[in-house]
Amino acid sequence: MNDMTPIAKLTIKDWESDQEVRWCPGCGDYAILKAVQRTMVDLGSDPAKTVFVSGIGCSSRFPYYMASYGFHTIHGRAPAFATGIKLANPELDVWLVTGDGDGLSIGGNHTMHVLRRNLDCQIMLFNNEIYGLTKGQYSPTSRLGTNSPTSPIGSVDRPALPCAFALGAGARFVARGFDVSKELPNVLKAAHAHRGAAFIEIFQNCIVYNKDVFEDFAAPKGAEARQLWLKQGEPMLFNKGTQGIALDVEHLTLKVVDVADGDWQAAGVIVHDVTNRSVAHMLVELPFGPFPMALGVIYDDPQPSFEGAVAQQDVKQREGKVANLAKLLAKGQTWTVAPEDQGPLSNV
Amino acid sequence: MTTILAPKNSESQPQTGVVPEAAPEAVVVRFAGDSGDGMQLTGGQFTLSTALAGNDLATFPDFPAEIRAPQGTLFGVSAFQINFGSTEITTAGDAPDVLVAMNPAALKTNVTALKPGGLIIADAGEFSKRNLEKAKYEVNPLEDGSLAKWQLLAFDISALTLESVKPFGLGNKEALRCKNMWTLGLALWMFDRDRAPLIEWLKDKFKKNPVLADANIAALNAGHAYGETAEIGGHVLEKVQVAAAPSPAGLYRTVNGAEAISYGLVAGAQLAGLKIFFGGYPITPASAILHNLVKMKEFGVTTFQAEDEIAAICSAIGASWAGQLGVTSSSGPGIALKGEAMGLAVITELPLVIVNSQRGGPSTGLPTKTEQSDLYQAVYGRNGDAPVPVVAARSPADAFECAVEACRIAVQYMTPVILLTDGYIANAAEPWLVPDPATFTPFPVTFLEELNGEAPNGQKTVLPYKRDERGVRPWIKPGTPGLMHRIGGIEKAPETGDLDYSPDTHQKQTIARLEKVNGIAGSIPAQEVSLGETSGKLAVIGWGSTFGPIHQAVRRARARGLAVSHIHVRHIWPMPANLGELLKSFDHVLVPEMNTGQFKTVLRDQYLVDAKPLNKVSGQPFTIAEIETAIGTFFDNISGNEGGELPADTTQLPSIEAVNP
Repeated sequence: MNDMTPIAKLTIKDWESDQEVRWCPGCGDYAILKAVQRTMVDLGSDPAKTVFVSGIGCSSRFPYYMASYGFHTIHGRAPAFATGIKLANPELDVWLVTGDGDGLSIGGNHTMHVLRRNLDCQIMLFNNEIYGLTKGQYSPTSRLGTNSPTSPIGSVDRPALPCAFALGAGARFVARGFDVSKELPNVLKAAHAHRGAAFIEIFQNCIVYNKDVFEDFAAPKGAEARQLWLKQGEPMLFNKGTQGIALDVEHLTLKVVDVADGDWQAAGVIVHDVTNRSVAHMLVELPFGPFPMALGVIYDDPQPSFEGAVAQQDVKQREGKVANLAKLLAKGQTWTVAPEDQGPLSNV
Repeated sequence: MTTILAPKNSESQPQTGVVPEAAPEAVVVRFAGDSGDGMQLTGGQFTLSTALAGNDLATFPDFPAEIRAPQGTLFGVSAFQINFGSTEITTAGDAPDVLVAMNPAALKTNVTALKPGGLIIADAGEFSKRNLEKAKYEVNPLEDGSLAKWQLLAFDISALTLESVKPFGLGNKEALRCKNMWTLGLALWMFDRDRAPLIEWLKDKFKKNPVLADANIAALNAGHAYGETAEIGGHVLEKVQVAAAPSPAGLYRTVNGAEAISYGLVAGAQLAGLKIFFGGYPITPASAILHNLVKMKEFGVTTFQAEDEIAAICSAIGASWAGQLGVTSSSGPGIALKGEAMGLAVITELPLVIVNSQRGGPSTGLPTKTEQSDLYQAVYGRNGDAPVPVVAARSPADAFECAVEACRIAVQYMTPVILLTDGYIANAAEPWLVPDPATFTPFPVTFLEELNGEAPNGQKTVLPYKRDERGVRPWIKPGTPGLMHRIGGIEKAPETGDLDYSPDTHQKQTIARLEKVNGIAGSIPAQEVSLGETSGKLAVIGWGSTFGPIHQAVRRARARGLAVSHIHVRHIWPMPANLGELLKSFDHVLVPEMNTGQFKTVLRDQYLVDAKPLNKVSGQPFTIAEIETAIGTFFDNISGNEGGELPADTTQLPSIEAVNP
């Protein structure tokens, strides 16, 4: 009904809800919120048809600040709610907001299954490598040796790699960005363009409990040497084109090569193909330090979406059948007792 | 081939067995065999034939937790009991009159249940040395006289079956699979049942393999012919005529609880004008509902097999928010996992139906046995003050109405509703007067589509938590233009739903949610007495699947002149408004339950009545006799002997030896 009146071009202001934002001053979440609002404007999305679903944690307060529909659910379960929402109304544009604790610890199981099923939605995992809302305990992505109230002399459990987890779970779209990056809206737009589950790891600075943990690659100064922004069909170059990523054929892995005079082909630098799953696996596993941080759209190779497949099958199953409740209730072998009769009259 | 073992001392046969002088009012037959013998199928088909013959009936299927327990073992025994008769039947019967034992283990685990003088039909062909050992028999019981207090009819059913299907060229294993049909044929002869519907059914079942259909039909006919022609000790095997039960006019079929709930949910959604979303995760005995609904897509049903119990309920809540009727189902352990999400549905005030097919607990407990021990979990089992209406089904047929009622409450009051059923109701079958959907009162849902409030600045605004006169908030689907808002599990301000932790808000909203649920009592019928007067010496009050034995026990006690009434409660929470007063008009209150006294506690708490518990937690339903005895304690002038705990009953299904050899 509403498509009778075209939606006027919205502004960022139109995507801001009337709720007071309650993150700590300086939190990376503010920048992500702005980037998402910018993305909505750029996409020309309809707030009435846009849904933000979250679990529990600092990041999960996100839906309250968007002037769309929003559901702040329970810890770790946002993917399950999103599945019900999308199956019930496939026309809704569903965005999930989760964190490293919410999405990979208590809700790891649901993250795995929503990716495996390939529900059409965007999953933004805000990774700050710490539990913020509960005051700073180490999380499943905290680096070895993280000091926290529950690991006073350093954490001993090995961290999970969110993008590697997503690929392992069967994700068909995996991307990375970080809170203050101006590229973030572009990454989100690519995720939105992907039909199916799109997984975006967003490095987010927790100013109180894990301050500047991503500074080594996110800091503006020297970023070009530490960030590898991937672009479909373009060579994997960084450091102003003086270095690139090549295939180490001998070890079946990736390596950093120097590029002289811009001749990346001579240096063996590979061209980014977002549909190459093997290379995607290698990119998400690249250890930061010897390698730059791989950012942008790492993998994008769509497959039929879950809700689409369900709808298709439902149509097939309904084909030729009439929803006759009276007939359904009287299914199988029946018999009739006539009035004033003490037994059956006939079998039907 | 045929081994006929006539009773050792046929002269001293008791006269009270299966061969009565006049036609009996009711007969109880138990089929018992190896879990691979097809006993549940045999029982199911015998049930159908019995229903078609116009008898009222009740069944009790009992099967092991193991899918394919080792053959011939005591714990691999699967049994199916049916009670049918010419009067109203509400229980699967106390002690069987006839036991069909397909092997030594089946005999051992079930024979003690048989009435003295009852008839044993045993497949002598299975009483090999090896099978006797597996059943822990040192001597063949068919030969040592240990079964003298019953009538014994033992012959080589296996060999007779092989003989009857010989023309079809089946392999030995396949041929022996027809054994259950042979046995069924004999049973149909005994009770004078029509074979035609069964033959039709076999033809349909094996329509892709007509040879198997023909073989099974041949076995069925051979078993029937055996009854007709064989002279077995002359007087042992005789036809038993059970007259048809008088029943209201109309169209009938048999239905089990899982089917009835599935139909009820679909009907409920139709009456509400909604599509239905069912999120489930496999668990015994609740899975059958998902199995049924997946085949009803044309009714606007979407089913989702989730990754776990939590995802199952969360997806259903998501679907409810999006405007469908969300439903999830499970058994105790799964319901425990869903607790947190139920709380979210309570605070966000979204409709949801949660079906709990109760089984023995705690933890994994008794996965295939029945219990009523999740009542506390249903009424109280969530964090915070989280009132949830609870409806309990008493029988397979009643489960249909209860499912419709659960849907009605959920959508009319924007609340999760728990529907309690149990393993017994889910699996048992009974005749069902097929309801006419045209006679149901619809309860169509209206979604809010326009701004419903005014902001302080005078602008029109959306108030997602603005309550109507019953305290119910509007249902707003995402996708509705102009009504964008956010909901969640954090305490919210009245009307706007904005986050608000303030003391006054939490106080107000907690009470508002409580009063909304309490108010449901105004929409349910007043409590009636199922049997007897509205006052007197004793009220026996029950809920759920204990209806049958309580009803019959009260009927018998009243026939003896005792001032006792039966009250059956469908709405466990909130309870009917007049229930407290009704209970107070009796001198005593007895609460038989398959738990340690949970409903008793709720009644004491709500009404300050001295309700006495009668508890049974052996995974077996009450027998009529047990409740009748307990009723007697209120009339024997001995004080202090009322109620209590009943021990496990070795004669009842599931037999103790079968599950714990």
